[in-house]
Amino acid sequence: MLLNEFLFLGAILFCIGVYGVIVRKNAVLVLMSIELILNSVNINLLAFSLRNGSADGQTFALYVIAVAAAEVGIGLALVLLVYRNSRSISLDDLSEMKG
Amino acid sequence: MFSAELLIAQNIGFFIIAAVMVVGALRVVTTSNVVHAALWLVVVLAGAAAQYILLAAEFVAVTQVLVYIGAVMVLFLFGTMLTRARIGAESDLNNKNWFVGLGVALALLVAMLIALRDGFGAEKLPADDPLVSTQTLSDQIFGPYLLPFWALSFVLLAAVIGAIVLARRD
Repeated sequence: MLLNEFLFLGAILFCIGVYGVIVRKNAVLVLMSIELILNSVNINLLAFSLRNGSADGQTFALYVIAVAAAEVGIGLALVLLVYRNSRSISLDDLSEMKG
Repeated sequence: MFSAELLIAQNIGFFIIAAVMVVGALRVVTTSNVVHAALWLVVVLAGAAAQYILLAAEFVAVTQVLVYIGAVMVLFLFGTMLTRARIGAESDLNNKNWFVGLGVALALLVAMLIALRDGFGAEKLPADDPLVSTQTLSDQIFGPYLLPFWALSFVLLAAVIGAIVLARRD
């Protein structure tokens, strides 16, 4: 298998995730797009781990998974807090800091 | 000869799984139903686990299934359930200026694909090297990468406490 197959797949998933982060208005959907981005990064890490024959990439992929789990927990708690305060999780409605 | 046939099978598997993943990812960012988006995300995460197995990283694949499909998806579905009463299609999920996102994503995609093609070309992944075993992986985590592992456990502790503090009603 070519190394570039996996790298291209990672790049495509990354760009789809970036599109989702920019376009989506619902905060939960933005968090899902961030998960897409983190997974594409993991595919890259594992591809280079196999290419170099070293376990460093797999170690960092595990750390990325753990950090992503923590990020989702905090992110959803924040979304819940925003929903409780403003009864909406539309990111366009959060404009109190606009001068 | 035998290993060449095996690699053909791996390639076919790769492209089928990759196509499913790309379709699922596109549905995640385009569907008008939040619950459907979460379920399409399950498809993408399971495909990623399959790709990890193709990349000879079986421990990471199992962790992906346990953590992402098991725990993170339940969190997402709970978040969806707690922040909206309605389960079904909605029309108000996207920004008005979606073409900006499309332009940014396409420009980024073209730039990355050109850079990757120029950088790695037709470089092949090693097919018969000794694979990284789970024992090697644990030696890495509890050897040279012990300090990041400790830091990570504090990150998780802080995340748990922070989530409780943020979501508590008082």
